[in-house]
Amino acid sequence: MAENLEDLGAAIVAALPAGAVESTSAQRGAELVLQVQRDSLVQTMLALRDACGFEQLMDIAGVDWPNRPLRFEVVYNLLSLSRNRRVTVITATNDVLPVPSICGVWPVATWYEREAWDMYGIVFSGQSDLRRLLTDYGFEGHPLRKDFPLTGHVEVRYDEERKAVVYEPVKLTQDFRSFDFESPWEAMTTLPGDEKVHLNRIEAPKPTEAKP
Amino acid sequence: MSLSTHQDEPTRTVEVDSHTLNFGPQHPAAHGVLRLILEMKGELVERADPHIGLLHRGTEKLIEYKTYLQALPYMDRLDYVSPMAMEHGFALATERLLGIEADVPLRAKYIRVLFSELTRLLNHLLNITTYALDCGAITPALWGFEQREHLLEFYEAVGGSHYHVNYFRPGGVAKDLPAGLEDRIGAWARGFPKFIDDLEGLLTNNRIFKQRTVDVGIMSAEQAMEWGFSGPCLRASGVPWDLRKSQPYEVYDRMEFDIPVGRQGDCYDRYLVRMQEMRQSLRIIDQCLAQMRPGPIKLQDNKITPPKRSEMKRSMEALIHHFKLYTEGYHVPEGATYTVVEAPKGEFGVYMVADGSNRPYRCKIRAPGYAHLQAMEVLSKGHMLADAVAIIGSLDIVFGEIDR
Repeated sequence: MAENLEDLGAAIVAALPAGAVESTSAQRGAELVLQVQRDSLVQTMLALRDACGFEQLMDIAGVDWPNRPLRFEVVYNLLSLSRNRRVTVITATNDVLPVPSICGVWPVATWYEREAWDMYGIVFSGQSDLRRLLTDYGFEGHPLRKDFPLTGHVEVRYDEERKAVVYEPVKLTQDFRSFDFESPWEAMTTLPGDEKVHLNRIEAPKPTEAKP
Repeated sequence: MSLSTHQDEPTRTVEVDSHTLNFGPQHPAAHGVLRLILEMKGELVERADPHIGLLHRGTEKLIEYKTYLQALPYMDRLDYVSPMAMEHGFALATERLLGIEADVPLRAKYIRVLFSELTRLLNHLLNITTYALDCGAITPALWGFEQREHLLEFYEAVGGSHYHVNYFRPGGVAKDLPAGLEDRIGAWARGFPKFIDDLEGLLTNNRIFKQRTVDVGIMSAEQAMEWGFSGPCLRASGVPWDLRKSQPYEVYDRMEFDIPVGRQGDCYDRYLVRMQEMRQSLRIIDQCLAQMRPGPIKLQDNKITPPKRSEMKRSMEALIHHFKLYTEGYHVPEGATYTVVEAPKGEFGVYMVADGSNRPYRCKIRAPGYAHLQAMEVLSKGHMLADAVAIIGSLDIVFGEIDR
């Protein structure tokens, strides 16, 4: 599958509206990734479906990068049954700029967009059914954002006196601990005489840009 | 005059018996915690709005706070009917990001394929038999669960438990098959076709079963593609697409098997496709058992896979490796991948983003049932309430993977 990924990328870019694709890359030489303009997303998807033969939308994923100017990535994974190819289409947005909905191109997008709204608060314009999907009725916040705590904000229990299910702020008997196992000295510059540490690693770790 | 008679009669509003029906969240035919809001027009389904998320456990969020090795057991709890297929997706994605997919030993690949197919049998056995239960047949479930018990014993033999086995690991599998297991699987597989014949005898030409499923919930090939169908549901609509054939992973390219394809895309075809897939899985199991040779079952790199227990008693380095692996874990180079496996229910994908640290930055799980359930309205519109039950059964819904 990997042999002519560049050709496929070039062919796709040629078939798409001019200026829609910001960049193409191949992850590890095996997976084609297109960075596209948010505004021309629907035309891009239509062209991918009709001109390039990507019949199926398999998945939409949100990714949160809090340090970027546009913090959210919306990742579309497409599959072509006829050409036996996959392509990943990525567009960037933040919590207010709407992403054009592609539920007109693939009806399956509706639930994926609802999930992205639910989990990240990404707004999709043209999506008539932007209800929450996976979280509780009346849930507040967007849990997969990096600034949302793992424990959540409320906990739920049955109150015997009130004979009802009640929501209360989370009370932890033990503080939430997020262990950072990365050795502090390995994250910094190599100490003299300690080069072996980095040779043995898969890749020298660098300071991560977004610590949750 | 006709005009005057019209004026004499007051306008009559005919009340069509339309009401909303809450199906679930606790209903045996909902296959889990599905709350399906059905708007009925008389006895016919007009709208179907599935409310999901009642089993939402925040798996994707939890994984972001765990090392790669700690995150793996969460996969078992997604589709708890086919746990190893879920692990497979995660293990392959991690291997791909680590760049070690080519280094996984051959025996590990065979074991994975063998158990992927056993998992497929496990899944289809549950689906077909409970589906028959939804349509009024009790016997298949009683027979099927006995066979499932044999399969779960194979699970127990390798992973120590019936469901949450945590067996497929990045770099191979956790342990080698215990002595004699290959023969036990082989002996069981020789007897299993007889069971499939019996099951088919109960259902395939059963008049009641056919009345409940033939021409119910029809999905054309075009519809199935635009609704993101995959796996048996897509094949039942006449699309010969199987990731094991088209984008082979592990040793599927060495296996000989056929892809059963349906024609109508109705509930009956989805049943038939699963039935045939069981026979094909048996063929793959036989080939695996015949081709498997002794050898290492995981990567020999102790940065990624744990050292042997016996080594740890003698070697300080092995002890350190063990300690580092189970506390810090391994660092995965920056990158992203969308890795898929042909799970029994369809395309199970993991979109994983690594940021160079020891935890996944993002792990989006693409569950096949999620897309299938969304098409519930299209499938059930204009059908009777009882048909909605048959359609849910034929889609093979498991809420562990849909709600995540």
